[in-house]
Amino acid sequence: MHDIHHTIDPVTRIEGHAKITLRLDDAGEVADARFHVTEFRGFEEFCKGRPLAEMPGITARTCGICPVSHLLAASKAGDAILGVTPPPAALRQRRLLNLGQILQSHSLSFFHLSAPDLLLGMDHDPATRNVFGLMQAEPEIAKRGIRMRQFGQEVIRSVSGRRVHGHQIVPGGVTEAFTTEQRDVIAADIDEILSAAEATLELLDSVSGRFDRELASFGAFPSLYLSHVQPDGTWEHVDGRLTMIDHDGSVVLNQFDPADYREHLGEAGKSDSYLKSPYYRARVDGDDPRPGMYRVGPLARINIAERFGTPIADQGLADFRERYGRIASSAFLYHHARVLEVIACAERIAALMDDPVLLDTRVRAQAGINANRGVGASEAPRGLLIHDYEVDDDGLITAMNLIIATGQNDLAMNATILSIAKEFGDGPELTDGMLNRIEAGVRAYAPCLSCSTHAIGQMPMKVQLLAPDGELLQEGRRD
Amino acid sequence: MRPRTGPRPNVPVTIDGVEHQAYEGETLLELARRVGVRIPTLCHLEGLSVYGGCRLCVVEVAGDRRLSPACALEVTAELEVTTQSWDLHEHRRRIVELLFAEGDHVCAFCVSSGSCELQDLATEHDVDHIHYDFAHPDQAVDASHPKYSLDRNRCVLCTRCVRVCDEVEGAHVWDMAMRGSQGRIVAGMDQPWGEVADCTWCGKCVLVCPTGALSFKGRATSEMVHDPDVVAFLAAAREDGEWLDRKADA
Ligand code: FES
Repeated sequence: MHDIHHTIDPVTRIEGHAKITLRLDDAGEVADARFHVTEFRGFEEFCKGRPLAEMPGITARTCGICPVSHLLAASKAGDAILGVTPPPAALRQRRLLNLGQILQSHSLSFFHLSAPDLLLGMDHDPATRNVFGLMQAEPEIAKRGIRMRQFGQEVIRSVSGRRVHGHQIVPGGVTEAFTTEQRDVIAADIDEILSAAEATLELLDSVSGRFDRELASFGAFPSLYLSHVQPDGTWEHVDGRLTMIDHDGSVVLNQFDPADYREHLGEAGKSDSYLKSPYYRARVDGDDPRPGMYRVGPLARINIAERFGTPIADQGLADFRERYGRIASSAFLYHHARVLEVIACAERIAALMDDPVLLDTRVRAQAGINANRGVGASEAPRGLLIHDYEVDDDGLITAMNLIIATGQNDLAMNATILSIAKEFGDGPELTDGMLNRIEAGVRAYAPCLSCSTHAIGQMPMKVQLLAPDGELLQEGRRD
Repeated sequence: MRPRTGPRPNVPVTIDGVEHQAYEGETLLELARRVGVRIPTLCHLEGLSVYGGCRLCVVEVAGDRRLSPACALEVTAELEVTTQSWDLHEHRRRIVELLFAEGDHVCAFCVSSGSCELQDLATEHDVDHIHYDFAHPDQAVDASHPKYSLDRNRCVLCTRCVRVCDEVEGAHVWDMAMRGSQGRIVAGMDQPWGEVADCTWCGKCVLVCPTGALSFKGRATSEMVHDPDVVAFLAAAREDGEWLDRKADA
């Protein structure tokens, strides 16, 4: 039997078109899996010639789900080019903003996108295995999810000016002081959100027992992990340095400056996808980037951090480690990591509410162009985000490189799909059970496109069976 | 607008079926503003000379098949005009659409979003999409000035900057170069703005710019706030000898 490709080609409603191909070997077993991003958006090209100050506004448009992460990375790259340290109040505001962002995005990811799989079951009828089905089956849980997301967005709105694509985060700091009234609005709700977050963790714990097979097969492979972390090992999401660890927890790179990312990270371009696949240089020698595979995002962050630094989240982390080990490798555990981070975010938001510095009115450092290159990094909900800009002396962009979370997880997503296809695959046939789990496996990483494909149910897919010469042998679709 | 002194208005003019008394030598736009009739404008700015270039202020004049720009139309006795009609609305909407198609006006990350007369005109004229092909100009941003920047892709060629610099500041840094679709604003002898020694850094051109073409350097999305009224204020203050008086009092 010759090689056969299965192509799962989701047709999505917004940017984020992707397809998955599975290649079978002669024995009819899945031998390789590839996740392709076929959209091309060209931000790195069309930003050339634009003023630095526009970068937060432009790059935030990369994504409607996590524009905040781009605002932060772009503004931080701008800080570096201006050569300034933003005033303490601005740094607090940016932190608050990112906490709100992680909280709302994780809530969306968990309740809207993943909970239908987790609570209703992977083999539940796809017609109702979605947020609407969840609303009918578990209205209180669905409502809680909506409430938590709403709160996170309220935090974003109050700091950045808008729920989506805010514009008050700029090179040098932020444009508006944070008022007592704004603080009071957030402070009034934080206790409710914290208990909702705790309840979510209990809920997740109560159902995780049903997913042992998924736990074992969803990308439960050794990999490197990369994220921000404070020098003392406390979880970090926006400032400071990066640490890379290995699958056994040993430190590979300790506290390196994000500005030096090029020394450590390479980027592999591919002919069949617009997603670049970053890899850890020191492990790669030759053309195949896979030995340099590393993962970013919630799982990486909690694997790297020793502690969250807040009591409830730390208790949750201790329980989690007791159950799954010090380094959790299954991509399935991204869900747990997200819920733990939601708790940590709520606790940290609560602490910021009592911090008088947040309300300081000096929020922006002004300067001209003092450097021709600047790198800014932040932890997006989905993982490390790096913006690298070069400008001329007038502050116009001459070169730009963006390293996004979904790209960094690309190699791991491929490996995850492969591991799922091997576990749930059944020879040359594409079964519904396997497709559901591939979807769920991809969604565990919460790549941006999952939002568009899963919001109202199953991923609309085109399934193609191709011979090696490209001849279409069989096609099936579900919409 | 400044209240007039001198003889009472005595030129009968009918606007949209209502008779008003205009001053001799008044333009239709001045009369309309004085009596509270809204006529959209873009290139016109009180305190500067009349340019009549954008044609947004056009009105229908009884007995004339052509549309006339209100900003440049001097009133005459028995003048009868219509300022609002379906045809005029369509005509003005098309002008706004063409301005959008000709430039690169992406409000989403524009420094002037929220303080942009083109954006306001688009809202006023129900522009929800553009029916013309976009020209996608690719003109380099001039950020050579230490305080200001010029993005010609967002310039609508209203020449307010040219006029304010010449007529109010007296520096005459700006000019129009080329014609038609090649038309562009140039600083000095078509130099980078930062190299033009005549520029006094006063910033009036930036304040009167109706779009995101001229802005304070370093301002981020939506951060630019224009203040075109500064010209009328300056013109009035100058006429009154405002600063001279204060000096005498001191
Ligand atoms: S405002 Fe009258 S032509 Fe521009």
